[in-house]
Amino acid sequence: MNEYVIETVNLTKKYDGFTAVNNLNLRVEKGEVFGLLGPNGAGKTTTILMLLGLTDPTSGKVTVLGMDPTRKTLSVKSRVGYIPDTVGFYDELTARENLIYIAKLNGLSGASAYQRIDEVLARVGLLDVADQRVGTYSRGMRQRLGVADVLIKQPQLIIMDEPTQGLDPERAREFLQMIRSLKEEGITILLSSHLLHQVQIVCDRVGLFHRGRMVLEGTVQELAKKVLGRAYRVVIEAEGDSQAILRALESVPGQVGVRHLEGSRYEVQAESDIRPEVARAVVQSGARLLGLDVEAQSLDEIYARYFEEVKHAQKE
Amino acid sequence: MPKRSKPSSPVVEREGSPWTGLWAVVTKEMADHMTSARMRILEILIVLTAAGSVYAAMQVLRETVGQDPFLFLKLFTTSRDPLPAFIGFLVFLVPLISIALTFDSINAEFSRRTMSRVLAQPIYRDALLMGKFLGAFFTLALVLTAIWLLIFGLGIVGLGLPPNTEEVARSLLFLVTTIFYGGIWLAVAMVFSIVFRQPATAALASIAVWLFFTVFWGILASLFAQIISPVQIGTLTEIVRQTETQLALSRLSPNTLYAETMLALLQPTVRSTGLLLPFQLEGAVMGSPLPLRQSVLIIWPQFTGLIAITILLFALSYVLFQRQEIRA
Repeated sequence: MNEYVIETVNLTKKYDGFTAVNNLNLRVEKGEVFGLLGPNGAGKTTTILMLLGLTDPTSGKVTVLGMDPTRKTLSVKSRVGYIPDTVGFYDELTARENLIYIAKLNGLSGASAYQRIDEVLARVGLLDVADQRVGTYSRGMRQRLGVADVLIKQPQLIIMDEPTQGLDPERAREFLQMIRSLKEEGITILLSSHLLHQVQIVCDRVGLFHRGRMVLEGTVQELAKKVLGRAYRVVIEAEGDSQAILRALESVPGQVGVRHLEGSRYEVQAESDIRPEVARAVVQSGARLLGLDVEAQSLDEIYARYFEEVKHAQKE
Repeated sequence: MPKRSKPSSPVVEREGSPWTGLWAVVTKEMADHMTSARMRILEILIVLTAAGSVYAAMQVLRETVGQDPFLFLKLFTTSRDPLPAFIGFLVFLVPLISIALTFDSINAEFSRRTMSRVLAQPIYRDALLMGKFLGAFFTLALVLTAIWLLIFGLGIVGLGLPPNTEEVARSLLFLVTTIFYGGIWLAVAMVFSIVFRQPATAALASIAVWLFFTVFWGILASLFAQIISPVQIGTLTEIVRQTETQLALSRLSPNTLYAETMLALLQPTVRSTGLLLPFQLEGAVMGSPLPLRQSVLIIWPQFTGLIAITILLFALSYVLFQRQEIRA
């Protein structure tokens, strides 16, 4: 046994000459939320299907919960919950009936199964509408039913493919909260997405996919440092001589870039949180400091910058 | 995929039984079929035709009660204009019901996007496919058995006679044959439901196959027979050979196999499903019924053929499904 919940070694999947996943080495630790990031067609879904044993790898090795999904298919699938993108249900059945089917497929039946179904429905807030046909459900409700569906088997690992796709911001926020509460229960979560700001909120670590390869891996801040050369961005608002302010900001130790945005706003980039130094410098320059804010690097920026660099590299 | 499709990869020992979860799938499928509007329409249709054709048959039979030792079997085969006999209806209705049961069994799971969710449960694909087939098969068997019992009830009430043992045995075998004849069309529609992602395309393809065997295969069989064994001089041997070729070709169609089996089972006087020349009938008492054992011997190849086609087609769908990519 190793301590990783998911471990792949040189995992490769080819479809008729097209390489969907190329020498992937992925490690997910117990209890963390890991985000697979990348544009559509980067190999995220293929990777997920291989983790579940639903697609055979062309070469390489997969270990999920210490087991090989192609050999110990049933053991892996009874411990891993999977929520596909645009999760589907039998619309003509009620939510409860849908879950009863899944419970039976997991070998649960009788009173304990019914009790468990009530528990998970209550957990995702669908108990009141449990006896309505799923056809009448909204997208957000379906997504929550998808969570109820995987919770039935009391999984150790939940894999979600594009979980917030098509949800409005409010529903998406609720859903991300649910992911966090699952993490608190000790469930490891692997999710794929191309909605970066959402991944950023919930993921402990992310892996950036590009053409079947995982090109970057780490916490969002680590990625920011690697790609952008900085991890913090301090935005200040100050009134006064803009030249003097810029000069003052440039003298701050630890800054790696200073920019005049628009009007009275300026941006300082840094590898660490240097708000106090920035504030002191602005005040000392004689300007009036109106506001000061720090933002962690957004994945969107990392993403955009990374792919720009790739394009440049390809041109050269 | 639990099975390796590439010959180069090493044999993978699979954990557990491939039938884990089979009965969960079977019961779910049967419950779905029983409650679906599609099935209700078909049930009403078949009950109406059964009642109608049997009622018509009874009116004819009342006039001849007492002359026939196999009166009950006549309920299935006697027709009265404008209605065809019940077995005439069955040849159309059984394929129709079967195709309706399975033409969307696999592709609808993909279009509803439930396939990956169901296969992410601790079951193998084997259980899903087998469960879907058995669910449809049991539903069909249930419907046909109900109709069969209904006809017996109508017969007892209408004719005022109980069926004898041989009639019960013969009609039971007839029921089993009919169920397997349906099994063939279940498997045909299931193959198409795997091949085509659109349920409508799969339904059309299944109906096309059925139409081909019902309407065109007879014509083609006689055409091919003329090519394979032409009659050049016109001797008896040549004519017999051509007819036999034609018969052999037409038996490739499940419809022919079913029709012949049905005939031999329900009409005990039938002595052969093939060609009988006058000298072969020497010493035979014409019109006397054969015992059940003999009738079964006559149609044994057809009977086993029907079951074999069902199994072969199911095996084909199995192979196709195991090789299918799950990502939708």
